Amino acid sequence: MTRNRRLAATTTATGMALLYLPLLAVVVLSLNQSRLGLHWGGFTLNWYARAWKNPAVLHALTNTLLLAAASTAAATVLGTALAIGIARYPWPRWTQATFSLLVHLPVVTPDIIFAAALLVVFRLLREMTGLFNLGMGTMIIAHVTFQIAFVALVVRARLATIEPEIEEAARDLYATNSDVLRKILLPLLAPGIVAGALLAFTLSLDDFVISFFTSGPESATLPIYIFSSLKRGLSPEIHAVSTVIFLVTAILAVAMQLLSRSD
Amino acid sequence: MPDRLVSHGQLVTRRRLLWRGAATSSPGVLWLLVFLAIPCLLLLALAFASRGSYGQIIWSPTWRNFRKLAGYGVFGWSADYLWILARTVWLALLTTILCILLAYPIAFFVARRSPRWRNFWLVLLMIPFCTNLVIRTYGWQLVFSILSPNLYPGAIAVIIGMVSSNLSFAVLPLYTSVERIDWSIVDAAEDLYASRWSVFRHGILPQTRPGLVVAVIVTFIPALGTFVVPDLLGGSKTMLIGNLIQQQFGASRDFPFGAALSFTLMLATLIALGIYQRRAGEAGLV
Repeated sequence: MTRNRRLAATTTATGMALLYLPLLAVVVLSLNQSRLGLHWGGFTLNWYARAWKNPAVLHALTNTLLLAAASTAAATVLGTALAIGIARYPWPRWTQATFSLLVHLPVVTPDIIFAAALLVVFRLLREMTGLFNLGMGTMIIAHVTFQIAFVALVVRARLATIEPEIEEAARDLYATNSDVLRKILLPLLAPGIVAGALLAFTLSLDDFVISFFTSGPESATLPIYIFSSLKRGLSPEIHAVSTVIFLVTAILAVAMQLLSRSD
Repeated sequence: MPDRLVSHGQLVTRRRLLWRGAATSSPGVLWLLVFLAIPCLLLLALAFASRGSYGQIIWSPTWRNFRKLAGYGVFGWSADYLWILARTVWLALLTTILCILLAYPIAFFVARRSPRWRNFWLVLLMIPFCTNLVIRTYGWQLVFSILSPNLYPGAIAVIIGMVSSNLSFAVLPLYTSVERIDWSIVDAAEDLYASRWSVFRHGILPQTRPGLVVAVIVTFIPALGTFVVPDLLGGSKTMLIGNLIQQQFGASRDFPFGAALSFTLMLATLIALGIYQRRAGEAGLV
């Protein structure tokens, strides 16, 4: 048994190294004074200050947050309504199955296929209507599309834990449909909706491929900015920006875990 | 009125309920139809179209893209694209195997902690998983530049990057299975002097198989479609189908060929998913 335990512990250490070594390298080098080369030249926060003053970084940051906030807001509303509309009404089995397939599609499709499909549709729509030029608009549409599915899945799971008796009791007390929705269902669903929204927000921050395919020249997000900077050569400012993104996602991940534990 | 029914404490007709359900879900459903289902079908149709000389799309059905993929080009036959396909499947398989080998002991390690620490370790596994892949991959560029510059760019760097980016996918479903193991079966096997391998093979594997299948699928599918990792850590010799697809929609502007490649990738994914659909229900992970 001790041999097994040792194996488990050493493998876990290896796994953690595989997961955290690259992140550690980024964080450490963001605090490194020397600009060129990878040797340690002393501690500094200078790169954070410089990144903060870099207009391209700020523009990308604004885009990233705008994209994540706008798409999360839209996807949370649409996804929650979708989950309620599917789960709370007596749909025949095949309709349920179709809904389920539709909702699982973005979860399991490799994102590059999804990105390609959206790019094609935007191109055709552009040729037909003259709208849908690649940019923030198309990126928001793309993000909402995959976020809806995740929000719907999280909310649906929460919905399954709410017993119908609670709604029955409310109706016995003469609650109207909108009362039931506003005063019973939505408050009870709130943790699920918040968890879904957080997940959607994280997924938006986490996404690169779909943004990369559907972005225009003016709508680069931080990951796209970092990716294209890498093609030009590394700069410590990029380390600083990346460290900030990493810390923000870490906080979001912890928040999600705390939320799911309180259920 | 036989049509009347009581649902959630109200007396209504089925028809009215369905109307209300349709009204509630229709914005989301419409959105998914317009921006998900139809685009996927269009991509499928596009795979059988061809590219005009200015990059425009010519909508007359042809096998040209698939012939090109099979290697028949203007300059005769070449195995380049087939090599990329083979390499993609091989690297995805290798990544999956390595991830599972690492994930099993990690899942055991986490499942054996006290509940408090279990959550701590799960969060620790989740954080990199939520961090942008571009950042993690360029972090690997830095690590390789510092520790062993001769590995990067190259196939080994790509494999390490892919294992690192998919490891969390593999651990989480395995963990949910390992957590529910009936240890009395394992103890019984040990009492009967089973070897470590036999204990695993007959005591643990059957109990964790549903989680294992899910772990394999959710590692394999993203690995098949990966594009960032080989782009940043590999060279031209580690080009995968993801890079090829990106090239068609980017520099080459050959959308139909890109669609055919996506279609091929989707087919591989669907085959993997067919197995998932059958097994995921057993694992309770759908």
